[in-house]
Amino acid sequence: MDLGNLASLKHFIPEMILVAGVLAIVLIDLAVRDKSRLGALALIAAAASLLAIGLEPALSGAWLFHRMLVFDSFAIYFRTLIALAAVVAIWMSIGSKEVKSCDQGEYYAILLASTFAMFLMAESANLLMAYLALEFVSLTSYILTGFLRHNRRSLEAALKYLIYGGVASGTMIYGMSWIFGITGSLDFSVINKALSTPGHLPVLAVFIALVLILTGMGYKVASVPFHMWAPDVYTGAPIPITTFLAIGSKAAGFALLTRFFFPAISHLAAGGSWTALAGVDWPQLLLFVCIITMTLGNLAALQQTNMKRLLAYSSIAQAGYALMGFVVLSNDGIRAMLFYLFAYYVMDAGAFMVVMIVANSTGREDVDAYRGLAWRGGIVPAVALTIFLFSLTGIPLTVGFIGKFYLLAAAIRGQFYILAIVGILNSVVSLYYYLKPIRLMFFEQPRGDEGTVRFEAWNYSLMGVLACATIVFGVYWSPIISFANRSLSFFTGPA
Amino acid sequence: MGGGITLNDFLVLSLIIFSLGLVTVLTRRNAIGILMGVELILNSANINYLAFAYYGGGKYDGQIFAIFVIMLAAAEAVIGLAVVLAIYQNFKTIDVDAAETLRG
Repeated sequence: MDLGNLASLKHFIPEMILVAGVLAIVLIDLAVRDKSRLGALALIAAAASLLAIGLEPALSGAWLFHRMLVFDSFAIYFRTLIALAAVVAIWMSIGSKEVKSCDQGEYYAILLASTFAMFLMAESANLLMAYLALEFVSLTSYILTGFLRHNRRSLEAALKYLIYGGVASGTMIYGMSWIFGITGSLDFSVINKALSTPGHLPVLAVFIALVLILTGMGYKVASVPFHMWAPDVYTGAPIPITTFLAIGSKAAGFALLTRFFFPAISHLAAGGSWTALAGVDWPQLLLFVCIITMTLGNLAALQQTNMKRLLAYSSIAQAGYALMGFVVLSNDGIRAMLFYLFAYYVMDAGAFMVVMIVANSTGREDVDAYRGLAWRGGIVPAVALTIFLFSLTGIPLTVGFIGKFYLLAAAIRGQFYILAIVGILNSVVSLYYYLKPIRLMFFEQPRGDEGTVRFEAWNYSLMGVLACATIVFGVYWSPIISFANRSLSFFTGPA
Repeated sequence: MGGGITLNDFLVLSLIIFSLGLVTVLTRRNAIGILMGVELILNSANINYLAFAYYGGGKYDGQIFAIFVIMLAAAEAVIGLAVVLAIYQNFKTIDVDAAETLRG
């Protein structure tokens, strides 16, 4: 179905709610003197949009706005994930000390706008739309990263993000222009038809174009070699924004990456196996990217002393794990990747939540601030952080274990044995640095200069929910995997 | 088609500009210089779009893409300069090496 502008609005309600939220916040910000309620308004908008995604009419798939966006079950999965990420980020912002001093109206308006842009990224069906959405996400992220205007680290992070982002997206559109020249179209399904028509395809040019495009998309998911911005940006940005970038922006990047590399340029055979373009061996290239991403992320995390930086390198490694599902080029792999992104959302958001609780009370983000945390009033966050870090390592009875299990199973079924072995070895390496804070929290006595951790009902409640989710979905994961299963269909138009 | 200029000439030109942009970004230490390098990269892509659209004939996809790129380049420059200004107020320099505190 190819819907026009007005007919598309029916399937665009979650996005419209977000836009209405942005406008409402901007207007109310001008009119009211007391800005403390704006966060609650943003939270309501994000939650309403999440609800609207859940209530969306069942539809096998359609093009919206004259083939600019695509509405299918794959988009629903990622929009759910991104809306959940926005809810967590806004919840954290309300409970964060760092963000209190900022201009509340602008902050929440930009945060919601960024969520809207990520939705568009997950839905784009056209290279122009993909670029606009990606750049929209980037521009809002630069502002949010540098939001602490008098904090040197925050500004430096924004500048680095901006420079890396500008180069990456510029390189990406240069690559896209080659695809446009080769196929004569910007539309994903037309590109697919043009590329799969047998004939003299300039194989080398297509391959180079894909590498260039991978620069822009790989930068969004922070895969090697486009990961350099991540540690600095994650360290410098306010903690709620770090969380939003780590879970939301990464999910949106994976959505676009999957939508471009699977339905747009690969061929789906009956039975759910994909084949890459003949002569264009991008899966092999991504195999190396994936292996290096997880290994480098884990090795660099070993020597970190700042908790945000440690989690930044860990999130690079986690992106590498999720890429495993991408490389194996099968529906099994995509399903495992979808599930892993959900697992990553739960555990990483939780870990950053604990970092924020500690930073709120002590003003510190280094690993030493966690010394004896359990014995100075922080037994609950200490236990929660232990759960999240165990899950990030992939220890059984947590959702992270199930996620890794699916990924490794997909890799082994696809006969990518090297990938599976590297994945397991990396989990072992990561155990070392994930255990370090746990050992500090429980087995060392506080020195006395760390300060106590106060009880904050607002932050503790979300931390509790995330910790429970990590355990519950580690034991009873069938709802998520069946949701991921339902989300495997891409709408590519009438055959 | 005027004067024997072919599609290839445009592609070579855009490749040269793209490379110059990359070199600028990699070698400049001045934040504004780096932003200018990014601008070169974006414009090299624009040349490609226009050339492909002109020689491909038919639809206006390429021209539209180029217009959007110009617009977004302006938006990016606005945010970029705002960040650079804030950096200057805090660090009293816009040299990216001097403004480096995050490492490791």
